Amino acid sequence: MFSFAVFFESFGPLFWAARYTLLISVLGIGLGLVIGTLVCAARLSPYLPLRRFAAIWVSFLRGVPLLVQLLVFYYTLPVIGLDVPPTVAAVVTVGICASAYISEIWRGAIAALPKGQTEAAVAIGMNPRDVWTRVILPQAVTLSLPALINELILLVKASSLVSVVGILEITRASQAQAATTFRPLEVYIAAACIYLLINLCLAALGRYLEHRTAV
Amino acid sequence: MPAASSVEIRKVNKHFGSFHALKDVDLSIPPGKVTCLIGPSGSGKSTLLRCINFLEEYDSGEVRIDGQLIGYDAPGKKMSGRKLREMRRSIGMVFQQFNLWPHMTAKENVAEGLIRVRGMSKSEAEGRAAEALAKVGLADKMANHPSRLSGGQQQRVAIARAIAMEPKLMLFDEPTSALDPELVGEVLNVMKTLAGEGMTMVVVTHEMGFAAHVADQVVFMEKGELVGVDSPDRILHHPEDARIQSFLRTYHERNSF
Repeated sequence: MFSFAVFFESFGPLFWAARYTLLISVLGIGLGLVIGTLVCAARLSPYLPLRRFAAIWVSFLRGVPLLVQLLVFYYTLPVIGLDVPPTVAAVVTVGICASAYISEIWRGAIAALPKGQTEAAVAIGMNPRDVWTRVILPQAVTLSLPALINELILLVKASSLVSVVGILEITRASQAQAATTFRPLEVYIAAACIYLLINLCLAALGRYLEHRTAV
Repeated sequence: MPAASSVEIRKVNKHFGSFHALKDVDLSIPPGKVTCLIGPSGSGKSTLLRCINFLEEYDSGEVRIDGQLIGYDAPGKKMSGRKLREMRRSIGMVFQQFNLWPHMTAKENVAEGLIRVRGMSKSEAEGRAAEALAKVGLADKMANHPSRLSGGQQQRVAIARAIAMEPKLMLFDEPTSALDPELVGEVLNVMKTLAGEGMTMVVVTHEMGFAAHVADQVVFMEKGELVGVDSPDRILHHPEDARIQSFLRTYHERNSF
């Protein structure tokens, strides 16, 4: 029978573990935004080598599963003599992986802007920097918000993969909990509830931001 | 009103891939006058207009604003971005799709160029923006975003954005073609006022009434060539060229009921 006692008791340790899930997803998307913006700039630059590099970066990172990237990165570090805590390794890998998707989100949003937006700025004599910071980017940010929130939600779920490098986030914690209680069903349903709760909050945050930036 | 510019276009050619969009175009645009470019779509009117502020890079020939070559320092040698921006500051442009910046209010749309390009302070720019908007009859819409304005109002904001920069030349690329018919008049009225103040204006248009009543010179283009350059009366009422006659016949048929 379904044990409600075990189900409810699981929430305590799993909520505690959720701090790692949040830490890795939020830092991951933060790092992904920084790198993704640079990659997107490289992708749109007039210099062919930069464009090539960015294109390879994106296709490589999108083409290899995050789980494999995590394992490769994690086991490469000791080989090159770096002693990095698993949490840092996880954030860096998640961030790098997200950068590929984020750079494509930016690129899509920028490409979606009508050409006339830039032409109007160029025609009055605005310099390229102002065209980007005053006309293109503010609109691209608004346009890409839904996709960025979507990416963050995907990251929260993908962060379950970092359990393979030993980080005690929600998924790993529920595996441990299931093993000690012999009640996997109750524990995993509790884990599912926590993921759902986090992502419903993120979706609400997304709706709020979209509403605020709507023009 | 600052002095009005003249434009000299000599032997201008433009290709889009293998398509020859402008063929050895020669045209003089006198200062303080209104020149209307008419002709069938795809005839190169907009392309020619966009060559005047080098939004479209012509391949060969010369476009001179008050004697100064735009886009090139010498034939085949591109002008620096800074120099080109300097020249564009005194050329206003109004687009078919308005191209207002949707994330800014009407006033911010007009003030933006004054702040970024003319280096004005925010308060000075907003004062100037308010004047320009009042001039196009939108003093009460300054705080509206473009999405809260009708097409005609948006186009008038776009005109205010251009005239606030105190241009010596204004280019209009089919300014009323995207408007509902009942909104065309308010935009044409603002343009008439500008013409009355002695602004040099080059207008690509399908509004034959505007061309007939406001233009000093009408240019008929077809297939990238200038077919006729003359007074509105000679082009629109007594055309000699068969191509102009046929274009006007189609136009009259479509507009009669």
